[in-house]
Amino acid sequence: MKHLLLGDEAIAQGAIDAGLSGVYAYPGTPSTEITEYIQMQQAKSKGANPIFCRWAANEKTAMEAALGMAYMGKRALVCMKHVGMNVCADAFMNAAITGVNGGLVVVAADDPSMHSSQNEQDSRFYGKFAMIPAVEPSNQQEAYDMTQAAFDLSEKMHTPVLLRVTTRMAHSRAVVETTDNPKAQNAMSLPENVQHFILLPAFAKRNYAELVAAQSEFVRLSETCGHNRYVKGTRPARAIITCGIAYNYVMEVLHHKDADEWRSASVLKITQYPLPEAMIRQMVRDGAKEIMVVEEGQPVVEELLRGMVPSDVRITGRLSDALPRMGELSPDSVRKAFGMQALATPEADSLVVSRPPALCQGCGHRDMYAALNEVAREYEQPRIFGDIGCYTLGALSPFHAIHACVEMGASVTMAKGAADAGQHPAIAVIGDSTFTHSGMTGLLDCVNSNANVVVLISDNLTTGMTGGQDSAGTGRLEQICYGVGVEKEHVRVVVPLPKNMEEIKQVLREEIDYKGTSVVIARRECIQTLKRHLKQAKK
Amino acid sequence: MKKNIILAGVGGQGILSIATVIGEAALAEGLYLKQAEVHGMSQRGGDVQSNLRLSSDPIMSDLIEKGDADLIISLEPMEALRYVSYLAPDGWIVTSSVPFVNIPDYPNLDEVLGHVKAFKNHVLLDVETLAKEAGAPQQAANMVLLGAAIPMLGIDHDKMIAGVRRVFARKGDAVVDTNVAAVEAGYAASKH
Repeated sequence: MKHLLLGDEAIAQGAIDAGLSGVYAYPGTPSTEITEYIQMQQAKSKGANPIFCRWAANEKTAMEAALGMAYMGKRALVCMKHVGMNVCADAFMNAAITGVNGGLVVVAADDPSMHSSQNEQDSRFYGKFAMIPAVEPSNQQEAYDMTQAAFDLSEKMHTPVLLRVTTRMAHSRAVVETTDNPKAQNAMSLPENVQHFILLPAFAKRNYAELVAAQSEFVRLSETCGHNRYVKGTRPARAIITCGIAYNYVMEVLHHKDADEWRSASVLKITQYPLPEAMIRQMVRDGAKEIMVVEEGQPVVEELLRGMVPSDVRITGRLSDALPRMGELSPDSVRKAFGMQALATPEADSLVVSRPPALCQGCGHRDMYAALNEVAREYEQPRIFGDIGCYTLGALSPFHAIHACVEMGASVTMAKGAADAGQHPAIAVIGDSTFTHSGMTGLLDCVNSNANVVVLISDNLTTGMTGGQDSAGTGRLEQICYGVGVEKEHVRVVVPLPKNMEEIKQVLREEIDYKGTSVVIARRECIQTLKRHLKQAKK
Repeated sequence: MKKNIILAGVGGQGILSIATVIGEAALAEGLYLKQAEVHGMSQRGGDVQSNLRLSSDPIMSDLIEKGDADLIISLEPMEALRYVSYLAPDGWIVTSSVPFVNIPDYPNLDEVLGHVKAFKNHVLLDVETLAKEAGAPQQAANMVLLGAAIPMLGIDHDKMIAGVRRVFARKGDAVVDTNVAAVEAGYAASKH
């Protein structure tokens, strides 16, 4: 069957057709559509071939639950954006030590150029760090095929496998041919050796030795899997190593007639790691004197190559300034790296101004910020610590309301640290989904030292920024705050609407002036999900 | 056959629906297709674009090279100008003339429209009024714009209309008919 699929959807369909039993994920651009696709297919299939597909509270709980499913012999998929890898790193790194019983594939969707992110870290480092195989498809068909191959590899080698994509791969659509014979789900089975999953030092040392010993086999598999391809050029003194989606840009540009300098170069396409060392050695034996590395993200391969080829072979790429050191690649940057002239084109138009994203008209975060700004102005030196979500846009015009935004949950604990340092008022602004993702534990720290902070939970009853996925604590935020130990009279709830402005301001003032930990929940449904719900109700 | 198309607009205007219809018609024609979309933060009222590539031969890059776009289809006139450095020298701009002003420093509209008109190959239409005149709701303005771009797409008018019918079929005959009417209105205005 042929389908027009996003890269994310191709991964999802590949996992379903590989006999997936559970997908575990927290929403994050550009990975969200993988889980959403599986949820959509499950809704359509009405109970046939059930796959667990409910959103997890965060990437760490997702990774651990997936490891539990793989422990039971079934195939599990974990999906996240690149920074989610940091959240689940403890579980991820140790899953490499336990190994797996059923297949476990971890999808990390990187966001070079930071289209919707706060950094552009390259998840291939995590693959190398954990010493496990990683795959990086270059097109949608490969995304489908290699997801299935990754599950097979995971079970064959009893290891988690990392599947790395970048924004363009995740969010680009093409035709994918899918199988007519999907694999059935694995039956439940216990691991052969339970000590593999008990990471006491004595057992862990043995496991780690096995992982180290498996490295040469991982390299051999990279050389023989068929996904990595080396083509000797007619003028092999020049060579190109290119990975994942960057391969497409290289091929696009080399197609042009004026690419003559590089058209006859040797090309090594890499879509599976660790690096296929024999192929690189062959490239050098074939006479490579200059190797240009074209890779999306950070210069991972370029750095590794330096220890792998003789010192008289010149290595160029992002570190040598042939390609931009940061940001996404494009056919234009690759064209320039090959020393080709830019195509003729009209000049950029001088009238065009930037159009930054903004909070929607009618959004509850707007009313929350309007009230907060007015109250904050009443104090000499207010500090408002923001967090990750739509409400981060409160940093921009017209609100200019927040003074920090770092990573999921940091608003609560940075406000605490600032309060510990003597700051008053120290206010955290965090969304409901981010709060349950990793704000709750920070709130416990606040309670334990009765830190003088106000945690303002802007509760829109959903995970808004990524398009309105279920939020883990909906309907239970007050109970969570009581349970963590916030005093009942200092858990306040307001409805962020213009007509309630005076009341909201009064509540904020009272809680700022209270010397201790308090929570103000500003609760009103996301305007986008509200529209969707009203439309559904009409039908 | 090879067409590189940049679809442009403001988050929420409906450029991806245009891409869906062109994609449907292109696949029925047996063409190769790649379409890079923007999801995430910029969809909140920011500028959005999609690179849509159609070809009778396999396509490598998901992104269009600067100077290699045959066509810019834009639901907003300033957004059309944002991507002119991707346009081939003989490329076309097909754009709505209706500005979407959600920023304080939106440039002078007459100047914006003047810059569009300075391109030899341009179609500038008030797609919202045309939608209304065709008896379609304002949301169908994107289908008017699609209709206006048909002569430059390299896919027959009738095959595009069939694509529209298939895409909207599950929403019922009434929705199909209004969208077809919107596409036809844009097509007629563009031809004119």
